[in-house]
Amino acid sequence: MKKLFALAMATVMTLSLAACGGDTGNNGGGDAAGIAISGNTIKIGVFEPTTGENGGGGMQEVLGVRFANQVAPTVDINGTTYNIELVEVDNQSDKTAAVTAAQSLISSGVVAVLGSYGSGVSIAAGQTFADAGVPAMGCSCTNPQVTLGNDFYFRTCFLDPFQGTVMASYAMDQGYKTAALISQNGDDYSTGLAAFFRQAFEGMGGTIVADETYQTNESDFNAILTSVKAANPDCIFIPSSIATATLILPQAKANGITAQIIASDTWENETIISAAGDAAEGVALSTFFDENDEENPVAKEFVTGFKAYLNSNPNNLTLNGGSDGVAAVSALGYDAYMAVYEALKALDGTEGDLTSVSIRDALKGVSFNGVTGSISFDENGDALKNVAYIKQIKDGKFQFLKTQSAE
Amino acid sequence: MTSTAFLQYCLTGISIGGIYALIAIGYTMVYGILRLINFAHGDIFMMAAYFMIFAMVDFALPWYVSIILVLTATVVLGVVIEKVAYKPLRSAPRMSIMISAIGVSYLLQNLATYLFSALPKGYPTIAFLTKTIRIGTLSTSVVTFITPILTLAFVFILIQLINHTKMGMAMRAVSKDFETSQLMGIKINRVISFTFVIGCFLAAVGSILYFTPRPSVYPLAGSLPGLKCFIAAVFGGIGSIPGAVLGGFLIGLSETFIKAAGYSEFSDVFTFILLIVVLLFKPTGLFGEKITEKV
Repeated sequence: MKKLFALAMATVMTLSLAACGGDTGNNGGGDAAGIAISGNTIKIGVFEPTTGENGGGGMQEVLGVRFANQVAPTVDINGTTYNIELVEVDNQSDKTAAVTAAQSLISSGVVAVLGSYGSGVSIAAGQTFADAGVPAMGCSCTNPQVTLGNDFYFRTCFLDPFQGTVMASYAMDQGYKTAALISQNGDDYSTGLAAFFRQAFEGMGGTIVADETYQTNESDFNAILTSVKAANPDCIFIPSSIATATLILPQAKANGITAQIIASDTWENETIISAAGDAAEGVALSTFFDENDEENPVAKEFVTGFKAYLNSNPNNLTLNGGSDGVAAVSALGYDAYMAVYEALKALDGTEGDLTSVSIRDALKGVSFNGVTGSISFDENGDALKNVAYIKQIKDGKFQFLKTQSAE
Repeated sequence: MTSTAFLQYCLTGISIGGIYALIAIGYTMVYGILRLINFAHGDIFMMAAYFMIFAMVDFALPWYVSIILVLTATVVLGVVIEKVAYKPLRSAPRMSIMISAIGVSYLLQNLATYLFSALPKGYPTIAFLTKTIRIGTLSTSVVTFITPILTLAFVFILIQLINHTKMGMAMRAVSKDFETSQLMGIKINRVISFTFVIGCFLAAVGSILYFTPRPSVYPLAGSLPGLKCFIAAVFGGIGSIPGAVLGGFLIGLSETFIKAAGYSEFSDVFTFILLIVVLLFKPTGLFGEKITEKV
């Protein structure tokens, strides 16, 4: 009897360990000289999560990249026409798997990398790319740590401090005096945004009345929401993954929470509306892009082209969450590809071998009009941006509310 | 903590505890009869959720038909698993059958990943269950409110069944002595199948109650609730039905209050520490000593 229990206990332990475990990557030796372009093909890695917590959003980013590759499949450098080939890997929204995925990209000979959705995986894989001398172009990874101290990481989106500040300014503009925070413990994106929101909101004279955290893969938020409700805030800031959003919104409604819920760029996904239904009404969020933005000709052209691309194949529509709405992350995926493409074009006329390091050097000088605004990079490799789009869910749709700059 | 908040936490805790209790009964009954810890039970719970998505989303059936279909399909799945993976091993050492159970668990998880992808799928909404109701100052959904009531009703029916029917008597006999009851003419395979029918039926009910307010289903969705319910069964004394129910409610309540105190990251840690403490100091659990009452 006792033996059997000991066995059972050992099994439970093993099972729970197996859940935490995973592959640990090898420390591949880096070659600071980078990877040279050989033959007539330029390989660009797509480093995105297509499964796991951020699988849905990551897939939308991949769609943007695939579309961009369709729009600009070749580049002429020094009289040779190169085909650009995408090499896709799945980093599984997991920091450990991300390193392995990054190494598999490097060993397949990519000279530049696009991605990822989610800051945690990008930070985890950053060193691998830097060691190999391969530049990486982040799409929607907004944590400062991604590019800080890494000469090879760039990104096309704005940063968490900016986004946190923008949402705090928005809350202030709406006349909210008290706010509650709900963030995911151990997730760089979520805790980072919550911290920057707190800093900015308190700096402007607001009060944070509740600061709650939850575990990865948590599905029951009732206890947290009860505490938040008891604190009676004017608004609740929830920087979280899409999967969490679809769980937390119906539960907030069931708990009778009426405070305004505000969120960050991740929430701009049709899945949230289809899964949460009524409970998603009224949610406001900041994002990088709006498909109804009429002022930017590049964006207009992209929206038309991308919608046609989505509708050309039912599978694309499914991957996009079942509609032909253009997500901001798809636009960023497109811009990330175009930034690397611009850098490749800039290599035309240079002497010497074409390597991944020369692409990195060219990226520093890139400046072009992207879908999400004009893009050039500062000394950290961050895109210079100053405006975020605020959207609100109304009548089951994301509706453009206003542009918001940080105060 | 205000009294409203306190009552709200109690309601949440009792509700999740009721679901744990329903699943824990499945563990405890199978253990009582077969001396097998059915590690695939949590994954049967997960499969029940996918059956519901199939019925309501893919085939657009009304909810009452879907519920009947889900209950039937889950029961069939459980019985088939027993016939295929456990029955041929009946005379093998207990270790083999337990390893077979772990194998079935991984098989179901990976099968679900292969068939339905690892992306979370939305669980269909049953309109009257998700309605928000107010009881005094409390605000909650119908499903949260009726979960503990349903749990207690099912436990009551189950205990009547075990104590007052012929099949129940056969189950009690089998749990006491497998071989002797066989010699006395009890059709052992029917009793075992019936045990799996009850366990899977309750897991399917638990699945509907669990996923309605937490509408996100993925292939690993059953693994953590499954482990927690196993702990609830061990805590209450594995083999004892009242023990499993009490264990489920206690784990649900303690989990909720730990989250309420602001230590949400420790709620699972606590549950696993509880398992270790119980195994160290009272390995038979709360009600495990009265071996004669084991079913």
